[in-house]
Amino acid sequence: MAEYKWPDAEKRSLIGKRISRIDGPVKVSGRAKYSYDLKRPGVLYGKMLRCPYAHAKIVSIDISAAEKMPGVKAVRIIQDVGKEIKWAGDDVVGVAAIDESTAEDAVRAIKVQYEVLPHLVLDNDPKSAGENAKPVAATTLGDPAAAFAAADVVSSEGLYGNRVITHCCLESHGMTAEWTDANSLLVHPSTQNVSGTAAQMATPLEIPATNIKVHQDHIGGGFGSKFGPDSWGIESARLSKQAGGKPVKLFLERAAELMVAGARPSSYARVKVGAKKDGTLVAWESESWGTGGPGGGGSPPLPYIFNIPNQHKQHTAIANNIGPARAWRAPNHPQACLITMSALEDMAAQLNMSPLDFFLKNIDLTGPRAHIYRDELQIASDLIGWDKNWHPRGDKTAGPIKRGLGLSIHTWGGGGHPSDCDITIQPDGSVELKMGTQDLGVGTRTALAIVVADTLGLPLEAVKISIGDNSYPASGPSGGSTTIGGISASARRGAVDARDLIFAKAAPSLNAKPEELEAWGGVIHVKTDPNRSLTWAQACAKLGGMPITVRGKNPGPEKLNDQGVGGVQMADVSVDVETGVVKINKIVAVQDCGLIIDLKTAESQVYGALIMGVTYALYEEKVMDQQTGTMLNPNMEFYKLAGLGDIGELVVHMMTGKGYDERGPIGLGEPPTVSPGAVISNAVANAIGVRVGTLPLTPDQVLAALEKKGGSNASI
Amino acid sequence: MRAFEYAVPANMDQAIRLLGNSWEDAAPLAGGTDLLSLMKDDVVAPRRLVNIKEIGALRGLSIDAKQGLRIGALVTVQELADNPKVAHAYPVITKTANEIAGPQIRNMATIGGNLCQRPRCWYYRSGHGLLARDLKGQSLVPGGDNRYHAILGNDGPAFFVSPSTLAPLFIALGATVRLVGPNGKREVLLEKFYLIPKSETEREHDLKPNEIVTEVIIPLLNGAKAATYEVRHKEAMEWPLALASVVLKMKGQTVSSARVLLGHVAPVPWRSAEAESALVGNPISEAVAEAAGKAAVANAKSLGRNGYKIQIARVAVKRAIMAAS
Repeated sequence: MAEYKWPDAEKRSLIGKRISRIDGPVKVSGRAKYSYDLKRPGVLYGKMLRCPYAHAKIVSIDISAAEKMPGVKAVRIIQDVGKEIKWAGDDVVGVAAIDESTAEDAVRAIKVQYEVLPHLVLDNDPKSAGENAKPVAATTLGDPAAAFAAADVVSSEGLYGNRVITHCCLESHGMTAEWTDANSLLVHPSTQNVSGTAAQMATPLEIPATNIKVHQDHIGGGFGSKFGPDSWGIESARLSKQAGGKPVKLFLERAAELMVAGARPSSYARVKVGAKKDGTLVAWESESWGTGGPGGGGSPPLPYIFNIPNQHKQHTAIANNIGPARAWRAPNHPQACLITMSALEDMAAQLNMSPLDFFLKNIDLTGPRAHIYRDELQIASDLIGWDKNWHPRGDKTAGPIKRGLGLSIHTWGGGGHPSDCDITIQPDGSVELKMGTQDLGVGTRTALAIVVADTLGLPLEAVKISIGDNSYPASGPSGGSTTIGGISASARRGAVDARDLIFAKAAPSLNAKPEELEAWGGVIHVKTDPNRSLTWAQACAKLGGMPITVRGKNPGPEKLNDQGVGGVQMADVSVDVETGVVKINKIVAVQDCGLIIDLKTAESQVYGALIMGVTYALYEEKVMDQQTGTMLNPNMEFYKLAGLGDIGELVVHMMTGKGYDERGPIGLGEPPTVSPGAVISNAVANAIGVRVGTLPLTPDQVLAALEKKGGSNASI
Repeated sequence: MRAFEYAVPANMDQAIRLLGNSWEDAAPLAGGTDLLSLMKDDVVAPRRLVNIKEIGALRGLSIDAKQGLRIGALVTVQELADNPKVAHAYPVITKTANEIAGPQIRNMATIGGNLCQRPRCWYYRSGHGLLARDLKGQSLVPGGDNRYHAILGNDGPAFFVSPSTLAPLFIALGATVRLVGPNGKREVLLEKFYLIPKSETEREHDLKPNEIVTEVIIPLLNGAKAATYEVRHKEAMEWPLALASVVLKMKGQTVSSARVLLGHVAPVPWRSAEAESALVGNPISEAVAEAAGKAAVANAKSLGRNGYKIQIARVAVKRAIMAAS
């Protein structure tokens, strides 16, 4: 009976080490081809006519002039007369032509008449949203009114919020689609979901999913917004069909990418927190609202992590006319975290307590991971120099630059998704793993190579990793931090089974039973007598003429991964109180994620999350204009992303060893993205002595808060 | 981008003949950092691009003991920033140029282009015209999101801000700009080159569609104190929220004459006579700088969302004066 469990620390040759990603060189040298880079033979270029109005009904469409233009190979109406459009930028007509400018000319030649309808693109006030505001049933826990009224309870009130931001993938959404025969489609998409794309395209295209081949080598960002082929992906296949099967490349322009291809819902809340004078949290009251576009928005899990015994919560979803929301790293968590951690930090300030003491005082309210948070808070405070650098709210030193510290905690699930792989060992000893997964940029290929090579006792480069194709065994979409748990477990199980088959072939010549053997350092030897050994190649030669292929699966025998992590972050910022400009000095992230497969790519994952976090904390906002119903900053100029000079010093500490390793790998994509907004907001409040309630912490917001110093920044 | 004709003249005469009588006819192409994005966004669609980069007369940078600094229109921002003679004679130019945008932009963008670049108003850039009007002819700016718009000279109909970072400094230094057109050369004080348009047919500068900026002449500093202070949100690849350039001539410890220019606050580089008079006759001190900053924004007004820029402009003036001292 094979034993799949992860090897003990002293038996890990590669797992948990600091290993550079195997596809790093092709990426940094520009040789890696993203789907956007591909130019298929005979390719046509797809463009969309997009509705310029946030809310309108299509009255008429005339595509005749476009159809007659030289170089135009296909024109298709996507949304026809009578259709109600609910956001600006939604696609109405698709065009395929021999080059991009011809396609653009054709789009301009299409005449569409709209009946313009009233729109709402703002989200700052649920009361003015009328019937677009949809209250969710209020929930009450315990007796909040009595808890707030108790004699020894102090309360703190505030208004906190996160604006709508977009995913802003550097490789925009889209695909190249081509018909290889009348009934078979080949697509090169930019997707987080290689194995699941065909099934989503089959029904609208009315062909069997088995006839759709999907291939993607590299993806330039998804963040939760690339699980489906989207209307434009389906349309590129239809345009290709109309153009006789020629490849149609239809990737969104930057403006469309920012307008229609994903948004993180906004979330605002008026919060009242109650605590005893000794710091014990007793009550929470929140009235929250937010939007994710036409469908409203999810309700953030308030209060976040701290199970405060008495609660009253009311959420209102505002449906409005902006591009629809999509999952964005840790859906609802960053919003809930900002609101909760800001409110708790304000409570601590009201009690004249250090937030670190306040959090530790109430840490048992966080549930089963309280001991992890306690350990992580200690490590983080050492790394940021909390005892030396923290001061009560409001930096009293002279001059316009004020410095402050803030903290936050977060959580996520991150259990592994279903995943299959095939591992083939050739008689010459070469090894290949095939899996229909994708490397979202986090090191999936590298993690797979580490697991297989470590299990087989081989060097990293001895294992060939083939992913990104739906002809390989299916593996789940990369979302919700489910990839590492899923792919590492199926690769481990497959590699153990493959290794055991080789052990069985090798055992007779080593005068041993297969279970007495061990693979280490490129050699198979008897555990109790390492001198009795075969090289890996000698052992594989015993396969005879034919390779073996073994299927690895997740879920499968033995529990190889877990879910549920806790992380702590602390930030050190400087604020220029004369200009309102916030600068990051340092952010410390302490994070657990079970057994780490590759320490380097795990740390990189956290660095990336912190950078994205600085960006949404300080810069990002989907700016909507209520007059025109359109987005004012659908570009990389005013949709601002942090640069190297903006991110400060980033320090990452991964929790490893006993208590962590035995849980197996747990996903890391979401958790470190959750806290940066809260931790930076708290540090700014500590620096300047007043809360800037809403992210991003732009100079106008900071200066407005300072102007109202003494009260809360009570406008959104 | 729409189709266009592309011409590469070898000399100035050819270039002028290739330009047209309207902006729709032709546009000169130098670094292209602004023009090409305007064309991609379909904000402008000239029928012909005249690539002037082969014209040697537009290149070169020299310092003359009498005339001062001559910067050819095709000199890139990075060439200006890297020039050791400029660093010696005008350290303020070196510092200001080095902080523009990022290396990719600085390596492509030219001085002529920097002075002639179009406003970044997001209503203009999304197709509502330079004056950002809706179909009824009303400006979208006062009732819209005007967080980056003008706080001075903002009585309308123009509400955008002049985008050049170099122009305020060059004006403070007393620069003139030389132009060539079908009727020959002309020379304009850079301060007079910028205009606030009153209608959609006007532009924000005094350049005719058939003219080319050939060079900028900047008088010597002659011991004057000069500095630029820029407030921006991000470190790089970012427009200033406001900036101030000051040039102060001293008589002993006292300011004998002052030029105070603000950028990104008005539809033109904004010269503040109020701040200048707050300085003249006074020694430079924190209090005088503070007073000059206040004077600079005394007539500023918020359009609704951009009131914070008044504070930032005030601080930029104060800090520029202190940096110059």
